[in-house]
Amino acid sequence: MTPSLLTKERKLGIYRKMLLCRMFEDRVNSLFLQGRMPGTIHQAQGQEACAVGVCEALRDGDMLTSTHRPHEHAVARGIPVRFLMAELFAKITGCCHGKGGSMHMGDADFGMLPAIAIVGGGIPLAAGYALSFKYLKKPNIAVCFFGDGAVNEGIFHETVNMAAIWDLPVLFICENNKYGASTLIDSVMKVKTVSARASAYGIPGSTIDGNDVVSVYEATLEAGERARSGQGPTLLELETYRFAGHSRSDPGHYRPKEEVAEWKAKDPITRFETRYLSDGLLTNEIIESYRASVEQELNDAVEFAEASPSPLPEECLADVYVE
Amino acid sequence: MSTLSNVVTKPEVEGRKLSIVEALREALQEEMRRDERVILIGEDIGIKGGFGGAFTVTLGLSDEFGSERVIDTPISEAGFTGIAVGAALGGLRPVADVQYADFLFLAMDQLANHAAKLRYMSGGKLKVPMVMRAPVGATTRGSQHAQSLESYFMHVPGLKIACPSNPYDAKGLLKTAIRMDDPVLFFEHKLLYGSKGSRKESGGLEVFGSVPEGEYLLPFGEAKVVRPGRDITIVANLLMVHKSMLAARTLSEQGIEAEIVDVRTLAPFDWQTVFESVGRTGRLVIVHEDTLTGGWGAEVAARVADSCIGYLQGPIRRVTAPDTPVPFAPVMENFYVPSVERIVATAKEVCR
Repeated sequence: MTPSLLTKERKLGIYRKMLLCRMFEDRVNSLFLQGRMPGTIHQAQGQEACAVGVCEALRDGDMLTSTHRPHEHAVARGIPVRFLMAELFAKITGCCHGKGGSMHMGDADFGMLPAIAIVGGGIPLAAGYALSFKYLKKPNIAVCFFGDGAVNEGIFHETVNMAAIWDLPVLFICENNKYGASTLIDSVMKVKTVSARASAYGIPGSTIDGNDVVSVYEATLEAGERARSGQGPTLLELETYRFAGHSRSDPGHYRPKEEVAEWKAKDPITRFETRYLSDGLLTNEIIESYRASVEQELNDAVEFAEASPSPLPEECLADVYVE
Repeated sequence: MSTLSNVVTKPEVEGRKLSIVEALREALQEEMRRDERVILIGEDIGIKGGFGGAFTVTLGLSDEFGSERVIDTPISEAGFTGIAVGAALGGLRPVADVQYADFLFLAMDQLANHAAKLRYMSGGKLKVPMVMRAPVGATTRGSQHAQSLESYFMHVPGLKIACPSNPYDAKGLLKTAIRMDDPVLFFEHKLLYGSKGSRKESGGLEVFGSVPEGEYLLPFGEAKVVRPGRDITIVANLLMVHKSMLAARTLSEQGIEAEIVDVRTLAPFDWQTVFESVGRTGRLVIVHEDTLTGGWGAEVAARVADSCIGYLQGPIRRVTAPDTPVPFAPVMENFYVPSVERIVATAKEVCR
């Protein structure tokens, strides 16, 4: 791996973005518990290094697909949090005009399709986008996030195989957080790593420390360069952990307390702070000022969302067809 | 079935005669020449020395457009359908091809959850301009290469559906489908493909129709009265249009003049033409090869009952396949597929 080319400014930007992801999720959790938003939510606290590390390696025009756990992907991709918050509040100003909600958060204008909440469903969409990039000779890549649960879906196999034989500019990024809902990955997969499957398709695969944002960024950048230069897809497995349960109603009793504690000790944000406080990039003052500015950004987003109008009930009839 | 072979939908225009296969191929060729974003994707569609798809529709197109635009896939229906959806989102206009409509079940998630819903879920920001071509119809291949699946897709808001019965409609509707910004299911009947080429279906009809050279487009949502009649309305699609036409001859000999409506597209559906016809005749029979329960005929019956009850002079009847899988044995298959005799008998009952 080439040494990191991240400038000081980029690193600070990455740090602030991870804070925004985490604090967005925490704020959403608290709003949800107060009963201020409808629906359900799947939260990603603990996985910030995956979302931010990958998105930091993307360019304008690249396209991201996501899953039923998309909040941090959307924040990291740069969709303004006010549009995300408004979508969660089911408002007309939301990124999907109130027709998507938590599980379909996304906005193609910002380089992220509405998230796909069918497990594995976004994988062929990303490959198809990549086919269009290749065909139209655009310098872009498509990137799909999916969880460890998705790698046992048939669509994963079909799509990775086709992307491989056609050298499509697509990255398959598995956020392996160990559990598909309550099911431990080790109990549903015989090989030890998801990335081991890459060899079955004749493409590169590697397992990355998904709680180290710089490692994630560098691996994505390298795989992205490979894809952009016509050498085809890569399967990246990012080892990580979600601090929360699968969804709002899940207390996570299937996970040993020691395991949760072990992963909380590897919190990607704390790790970043420790590492860069010691080398002088970060100071406690910077951390405090970033937290304050993120807090303010989220206050604005909530204010914007709450002040926004709801869609008219009969708007449910629109947007089924173009013509 | 030989008695059917001389029944050809009345030509729209005089001129050269094409089979449906030739008409579809010409539509693809013209659209690919017109717009380089149009690509074909499916199994065995472009292989040199191959078949040009299961029924030769794409034969020769890879010679002109190359393997970059006529993309042969592994046997991965879900995968290539999902890739077609993604490519459509990315600005291409894919025409995907499953060899038999039965295989659409493999790709149901991609069609029903993604293609049909992404525009809606995005609040109207996205469009999915793709076509999925799918051959239907029982042709002594047993239960898994035979189903008529139109009704499944009519139940999915966000999809459009075409089901042409003749070469003129096939070409005009396919060209329109390719230019549409919505996902389209395009159903073709195996027995209507015509007999030219290496894949002649036994029992297939010699359906040749006049197809003008050069450009024309047919709109979705416009049914066609293919035979006027004062006594009873028969609404049908695909092969059943031809059987209904033949039934109308027999009925006419017995003093009953049937009006035949070819629906041409199921979504959008031209309710007005059906309502107006029933308003004139006061009687309705619906004929489809799809099974009875929950078939599209049930929707037509419900809508007509809702809108035309004051005009009806008899019960609405459906002539359809029974609620069983498609059998193999020809004697059973002939029993299964709606016959001219059943259409005649049902129409006479309604007119009694």
